[in-house]
Amino acid sequence: MRGWREAVPGPGAFAVLQRNFAVWRKLLIPSMLGNFGDPLLYLLALGYGLGHFVGPMDGMPYITFIASGIVASSVMNTASFEGLYSAFTRMNAQHTYAAMLATPLRVSDILAGEVLWTAVKGLISALAIVIVAWFFGAIQGPWVWLSIPVILLAGLSFGSLALVMTAMARSYDFFMYYFTLAVTPMFLFCGVFYPLHSLPVFAQDIAQVLPLTHAVALLRPLLTGHLPQQIGYHLAVLLLYTLLAYAVAWYLLVRRLLR
Amino acid sequence: MLNPAFLDLQQLQKQYGGHPVLRGVTFSVAEGSCFALVGPNGAGKSTTVRAIQGLTPVDGGEICIAGQTLSALGTAGRAKIGVVPQMDNLDPDFTVEENLWTYGRYFRLPKAKIRQRSAELLDFMALSSYARQPITALSGGMQRRLTIARALINAPQLLLLDEPTTGLDPQARHLIWQRLRELRRQGTTLLLTTHYMDEAERLADQVGIIDQGHILEQDSPQGLISTHIPGEVLELRRLDGNTPDPENWHQPHVAVSERVGDTLICYGQELQPVMAHFAHDPAYRWLQRPASLEDVFLRLTGRHLREDEQ
Repeated sequence: MRGWREAVPGPGAFAVLQRNFAVWRKLLIPSMLGNFGDPLLYLLALGYGLGHFVGPMDGMPYITFIASGIVASSVMNTASFEGLYSAFTRMNAQHTYAAMLATPLRVSDILAGEVLWTAVKGLISALAIVIVAWFFGAIQGPWVWLSIPVILLAGLSFGSLALVMTAMARSYDFFMYYFTLAVTPMFLFCGVFYPLHSLPVFAQDIAQVLPLTHAVALLRPLLTGHLPQQIGYHLAVLLLYTLLAYAVAWYLLVRRLLR
Repeated sequence: MLNPAFLDLQQLQKQYGGHPVLRGVTFSVAEGSCFALVGPNGAGKSTTVRAIQGLTPVDGGEICIAGQTLSALGTAGRAKIGVVPQMDNLDPDFTVEENLWTYGRYFRLPKAKIRQRSAELLDFMALSSYARQPITALSGGMQRRLTIARALINAPQLLLLDEPTTGLDPQARHLIWQRLRELRRQGTTLLLTTHYMDEAERLADQVGIIDQGHILEQDSPQGLISTHIPGEVLELRRLDGNTPDPENWHQPHVAVSERVGDTLICYGQELQPVMAHFAHDPAYRWLQRPASLEDVFLRLTGRHLREDEQ
């Protein structure tokens, strides 16, 4: 029952994904507003307001520079929020996982379905911003479509990390630690608003181990008309985060749900 | 030929942090019959039901469904089982019919099959006119009926019901009992846990009384009553709260008696003399009734209060 083979999800994961998608469709408008509104305000306020004083950054207009950063951070925020608050509500308040476990679905199917859904939600919010930024001319070039798989992978890594927290959480308050200690620092120090090389070396070193840094390193070139350098390395870091966090989340959820 | 041990539990053991919850639970349920597991809070009822679903790994013992062990069946075993959990866990974001459709997909049933079965089940549970309503529009009893309908979406051979009518009004309970008896007639094997003795008495072919993690007695409801309760029951209650019949006048006329606070409970074949003696005494109020499963239950498990189930 508890062998690692059980951690490999089956097709049941898609039933879980489908369920979440069906709920999202019912609550489309408030949900879109949340995913979409905040990053859009950042983009416009900082891109135009601050950008007026900042001037070009890394050889591009500031709004172009931060548009790609905001796409990456929005994937992080959306996938994290879904994997924390929404997943915890399903598990703890609505007992949706308990209902699912009374069917042939296994913990790995539920977890994989949830992680896939965080990535899909991350993609939805990222695409909304890409479209608006494109309208303002802040996104361009022939490689934009290649950002889709990168966004999905980034969503998987942030979503599985969030589900590790959810698997350990006793209440919603616990998530404040994760936001203050992980999500907000990544938002501010991983190259969303300014290039990493403007940080002190030790801070750059720390940023190098954080997943958002690698999402930005891939998305900024792709969304501004270039191919990223060291593609394989950045993809590998995101993939490693996904697999490790998935495994830990699975272990913790089995311990929590199958007692 | 019906399998006499369609569900077979042998010597289930389970500990939580050194505290034993199941201590050798053994019973079997015949195919197409209804088995009621009755016991006070914390007796191990819910843990047993979770173990049958494979959700609680047991420390010892074995569970077989239709002759195959649970570990050999894997998750395929759960495709044969329907579960009505103790706590409602319907999807609050979906309508009544969407709840059934979504659940059907967890079993990977074809869409057309799910639609057809959902309509039949809503009809069976008298919920057809609510198909498009949100869950929040349903009363507690209707939500329970929907939970039962949902548990039947995969046409299970074995239906597990963990306290299915707790908190429902009498009308809702009677409707649910009707439907459960109908399912049993159609050949579904039922295992229900309850602490309502009347529920067990009305539904079950066999009753297992569980306390402190093991089965104390197992028999038909009538069998349990006739084994443990000699004849009829007379309850003598003293209105001023003092000990009833302090001189033990009743003793030679009854088989067994029991004192509970202001009440004296007499069991026996011929209680007429006791009744005649106290009937006209204004200090007493009396109630004569046939023996019930509740009498058996209280005699076997005692009358002290139990802690809440974890």
